[in-house]
This record gives sequence, structure tokens and C-alpha cells, in this order.
Amino acid sequence: MIKNREELLAAVADAKEQIRKYDVRILVCSGTGCIASGSEKVYEEFVKIVGTTPGVTLTFEPHDGEKQLGVKKTGCQGVCELGPLVRIQKGDQVVQYTKVQIADCKEIFEKSVLGDEVIETLLYRQNDIAYKAPDEIPFIAKQTRIVLENCGKYDAESFDEYLAGGGFSALQKALFEMTPDEVVDEVDKSGLRGRGGGGFPAGRKWKQVSRQKETTRYVVCNGDEGDPGAFMDGSVMEGDPYKLIEGMMIAGYACGAENGYIYVRAEYPMSVARLRLAISELESRNMLGENILGTGFNFYMHINRGAGAFVCGEGSALTASIEGNRGMPRVKPPRTVEKGLWEKPTVLNNVETYANVPKIVLQGSDWFRSIGTESSTGCKTFSLTGSIQNTGLIEVPMGTTLREIIFDIGGGLKDGGTFKAVQIGGPSGGCLTESELDVPLDFETVKKYGAIIGSGGLVVMDDNTCMIEVARFFMSFTQRESCGKCVPCREGTKRMLEIMEKIVAGKGELEDIDRLQELATMIKSTALCGLGKSAPLPVLSTIKMFRDEYVEHIVDHKCRAKVCEAMKKYVINPEVCMGCSKCAKNCPVNAISGVVKKPFTIDPNICIHCGACKENCAFDAIYIED
Amino acid sequence: MLDQSYYDKTDEIIAVYGKKAASLIPIMQDIQGVYRYLPGELLTYVAEQIGITEAKAYSVATFYENFSFEPKGKYVIKVCDGTACHVRKSAPILDTFTKELGLSNKKHTTDDMLFTVETVSCLGACGLAPTVMVNEDVHPKMTPEKAVELLQTLRGGDVK
Repeated sequence: MIKNREELLAAVADAKEQIRKYDVRILVCSGTGCIASGSEKVYEEFVKIVGTTPGVTLTFEPHDGEKQLGVKKTGCQGVCELGPLVRIQKGDQVVQYTKVQIADCKEIFEKSVLGDEVIETLLYRQNDIAYKAPDEIPFIAKQTRIVLENCGKYDAESFDEYLAGGGFSALQKALFEMTPDEVVDEVDKSGLRGRGGGGFPAGRKWKQVSRQKETTRYVVCNGDEGDPGAFMDGSVMEGDPYKLIEGMMIAGYACGAENGYIYVRAEYPMSVARLRLAISELESRNMLGENILGTGFNFYMHINRGAGAFVCGEGSALTASIEGNRGMPRVKPPRTVEKGLWEKPTVLNNVETYANVPKIVLQGSDWFRSIGTESSTGCKTFSLTGSIQNTGLIEVPMGTTLREIIFDIGGGLKDGGTFKAVQIGGPSGGCLTESELDVPLDFETVKKYGAIIGSGGLVVMDDNTCMIEVARFFMSFTQRESCGKCVPCREGTKRMLEIMEKIVAGKGELEDIDRLQELATMIKSTALCGLGKSAPLPVLSTIKMFRDEYVEHIVDHKCRAKVCEAMKKYVINPEVCMGCSKCAKNCPVNAISGVVKKPFTIDPNICIHCGACKENCAFDAIYIED
Repeated sequence: MLDQSYYDKTDEIIAVYGKKAASLIPIMQDIQGVYRYLPGELLTYVAEQIGITEAKAYSVATFYENFSFEPKGKYVIKVCDGTACHVRKSAPILDTFTKELGLSNKKHTTDDMLFTVETVSCLGACGLAPTVMVNEDVHPKMTPEKAVELLQTLRGGDVK
């Protein structure tokens, strides 16, 4: 039980002291990515090794004469591609190891934990330089981490570690030194804008809610990160759950709400588990519940799991889903700030937005404004994926250019590929190409180029990616996820998808491009919700940036990335073909003929481009013609 | 007809969330968590218990992709086809699972009730694309060859 400010301060001092007492901390990344790579087993192995080594102890409590070791599960350390990631921390000295296997644990323990040796082979390498400290790795050194500050440094599941890292000092400051209106003002002045995609100023939302006559209000967090290719919010929920909760508590205090709801998507079981654990830890200390820290402020947290509907990322659909209804958007106004959850005034922000709040309250709006650009303040997290060297989770100041992100942080393209485009903003966004590499990424500028910052998914594509196929992919996603309530989205996306499929199948006409644009404009201006309105953007954006590829597909039946099956022309190289007849036997449509022991040929008029012949040729005699 | 144990279990789940309309989704999720599908009889029972119409309960259950009225296999294999996985070639992985298990566009569960294959739009492990999730475990950097291996492991061992 932490009953008042003094007790909290004592708990903080205690937690800091405990952390300082560790001789060595073994920090094992426990983000979804690293767990998938096997970090859970690495963690267990370390616990086992530490537990069975005499002279060292794993306990949190100080002990005389023995080495104090901590094995901790941290939030995402960043370079997911190189997982499982492990950091060995001795005071201020931290060594980052990558691709740690169970077999490496003993060596790490003996050399780097008990000794002071660094194992060169496990270090991060870029351009033949090995990096020891995580903060020196270009991938991390070039970032500015506010929301992700604690990720990789502290145990994501531990309340004490969150305290030791400065946790709950913002809540304290808000509760004891500021009035609710002052908190709202501070957030407003900071210029913090919604990180979920819309970019609506959070402070303005909070102000509108706190001005409502109705006194029952709610704080809701949108953790339904549905954009394929985005995992920032998931990483924050599982990597620093306490920070999100602290942000929501501050919002509750500022806006006069007693109940907070986090809506987490179904595909993030780890986020749900960590949030639940954090909530119960806080409840057991009365940091959540009635009369928090003796201030008379009450706050209760609830978790709702999504059930697999992308549209629930839209505000009114999300609140409908929490209420137990079909998650379908409704006509606005009234807006969520007036009538949101259960028709009550509701502050609805996304995970990253709330996670920014504690630092803003603590360090002030001026500090926050000093980062980023004039109209887009602060930092933004991005998930960097696709054909890039270093995939992973990053956080950079608003206004950073794509070139810095892709080449300085991301280390350039995978396998030396050639940059073609980056898809930003998921199914509601668009593509930026080579010529936009130096455009500053902020809300306004990106919009000018027909894309959006969105939630922060950055999928890098090289010249092996067909932009038409990617546009078709997004169209099929939005079509499948359309809730069906309004006609423009339900029918319009279906027609657009049909046209896209036609083009990919090599049956397009030039007029189809105009039809796509016409439909897109119609959907954009008439769909009911934000997701519907933005559904045509990936197609519009690719038409704008890659019109020549559309024309090539339609007129020349050519896919320059050699992705579209229907455009592939399979040819048998007569010099290599041994005439074994295997391809002819495998061909499902009998398009291949020939005489045994002489080169076979494929009839392009019958061929359905399935690739079965190429796959099964023992002599690699079959190739796709340019 | 479901035997009484199903109703007893459902009562337990209802008690956790309380008899109110807003409890519908979490109750259905927990029932599905236990039985790997949502038996229609239980949905009717839940509706009655929490005071909503049967039609309402079905309208919600059919809206969300996660709910299934068909029993699912012991291992639910979710092949991620999010953007990052798609760009890093997730399609051949799905093909491998469907082919190896004799499934199709229409048939998602094997006859021995061991495997169900589905696609999912993003698992949030995009850094390790392409990925596949078996029940709650994410498998990174998949290839068609690793997919075959995974099936063998699942068939042979008691992976959770």
C-alpha cells in the first residue's frame, strides 16, 4: 500500500537504491519479436545459470559479500531482426549482444557477467565496425527516445523498476502541484497531436471533454493497432505498460474521469498479459482505485480485447465495441468528446499519445516543443520493416527525413537492393519515392505528397516489389475489413478491388485508371468514417507516383518487378534443357510439349503462369523472360 | 445437445464479467478460449443470461472475425499477411500449409481436428517477417521449408 506522497517518494528512493545495488543486470529483450526468436528460453537459461552458480545471488534484496545479479525481461530493445537481444549492464556500462542462443548463455555469463570480457562475435556489426554499447549503435544513436525511453533498460513487468526509472513522478506532480486545468493547458501548449493517425491536437480534445456539463466521463485508449506492418503501440503496451497507464491516469485527473479503458487488439496476447499484470500490481498498492495517494482522486482501469475487426480502430466503432456492440462507426457529430463511451464525454487517444503525457507534464510543454517541428512537436515512433537492413522499432523527432531513417538508422536496403518506395500510414496512407527522401516527416508535409504519417508503419520496398500488386493488396485488405455500414466503402472498395485484380491479371484497360480515380474520389468524399475515406489512398498514391507501371501492366502486359504471375513469360532455355519431360508432366494445362532428350517448349497461349515447371526443373532450364 | 458441464463452465465465465450487455464480447472470447469455438447453444444461453436478445448476440458474434461457430483444430496456425510479411513473401508459406494439410479456400480445419489454418493481417512482429502464429506463439522468419518442419514438430511433440 502506498498511501500518500511521502510513501511514494520513499518507495522511489528504495527502488533506486535497489537497482544501484546490482553488480550486474542481464537484460533480456522480451518484445514480441525477440520472444519469437526464442528470448524466453534465453531468459530461463540465464536464470538457471545464475541460480546454480555459487557466490552469486539473484535476489532483489541486498546481501553481503555476494555478487548481486538481476536477470530482467525488458521491453523492445529495437533491432528486432537481430534477436534475441541481451544487454549486460554493470553500473553505467552496458554491452549489447545480438542473436544470443541458449548455447551462448554460459559463455556470456562466464566472460561478461563474472568477468569483464566482451564477446566480439555477438556484438552488433555494421560496415565491419563492431559496436559495444547500445547507445553507440547507429540504429539507436540516431534516435531520440521519449516514449521508448525505458524500453530495453528496465524490467517491463516490475513496478519497482518503473519507479526507479522515474515512473509516477509526473502523476505526483500533476496530483500535488497542478490543478486539472493546468494539466490540460500544459498538454495543450505542448502541441502534442494524436499519434494514431489523425494528428488531432490532444490538448484540444482534453479541453473539450473537461468543459462538458456531464460529470461522468471516460478515458479510453486505442490500442487496436490494426494497420498491417505497424507494431509501435504493441511494443509500448508490452514494453512499458506502466507508462501508458500513468499517462491515462493523468488524463483522468485532468479531464475529471474515474474510469479508463484500454482496447487492445486480439493479436497482441503479450500486451494484454503485461497490462493486466501492471494493473494488478498498481491495484495492490492502491496506485489504482479509490483515493489514490490520499488525494481523493479515484481511477479504475479496464482492459478490453478486440475480436479481429480493423474498423474498431475508428473511435466510435471502438467505443461501440467496448459497449458490447458490433464495432461500426456512427455519424458524427456528436463527437466522442461530447458523446463517446456510453454516450458520455470521452477522451480517446492512442497508446503513443498517452505514453508521451508523463514526460510532458514532468518536463513542461516548452521542452516538448523544442523537439520536432513548429506544427508537429515531439517525437514519433515508427516500425521500420520490409526490405531494409535493420528492421525494428524506432523513435525520431518529427521532421526527420526518410533518408535519415532508411539509410542512417535502417542501414540501407536489405541485400544491397535498390530503393523504390516506402509505404507510410498503412491502408490509409500512401507511398513516398526516391524524390521524397529528403522531405521532413511531419503531419502537414507528408499529407502534401498524398500520404499520411498515420500510426507509423514504414514498409520499405525495393525494386522487387510491384507497386500495383501492393495497391491491390491494400485494397483487398480494406475491402475485407469494411464494416459494410455505408455504401461508398462497402461497394466502392469492392469495385476498386475488382479493377485492381483485373489489372494484375493482365486484363486491364487504360480507362481503368480513370475509373479507379473516379471511384477513389467518390469514396474519399462520401464514406462515413475516417477509415473508409482513406481506403482509396494507397491506390491513388500509387497512380500518382507509379502511373507508368500501371500503363506497363495494362498496355505491355509487363510487370517490371516480376511479381504479377499473369505477366510472367516462362521460357525453356534450349541450351540447358535435357529433354527429361518432367516439366511437361507437371504442367497442369499441358502447355509444354517436346520430344524426349530434345529441348521442350512452352506454348505462351496456353500457359497459366503457375510456375510448376520452373519449380520442378532439375536443371534450372526454365526462366522468366524480361 | 451439449452436456451440463458446458453450461456450468459458461456460468463461471458469466460470473467473472457480470450479467450486463457490455460483457457479451469478453464472455464469448472466454468461451471460445476454452472450447476453441463458440457453440451456438451457449451463445443463446449467454444472451438469455445477460439480458439481450438472441439476435443481438448473433449480430455481434458474426461481426467479429475472431468468433467461429465451427470447431477449430488443436493448433490454430495464423499465417501473417500484413504488409511487411506480404512484401517478404508470405504467400508461399500459406500455400505450403494449405497444400501440406490438404486444405483449401473453403476448408480451414483438418479432419483429425489437429490444425486450422487462417490468415491474419498483422501479428506485430514485422521486424521478423514473414511470421506465423501457432496458438499464442509467434514463429519468425518463416520459409516454406520451415513451415513443413513446423508441422512435423507440432504433429510429434506437445508444443503448447
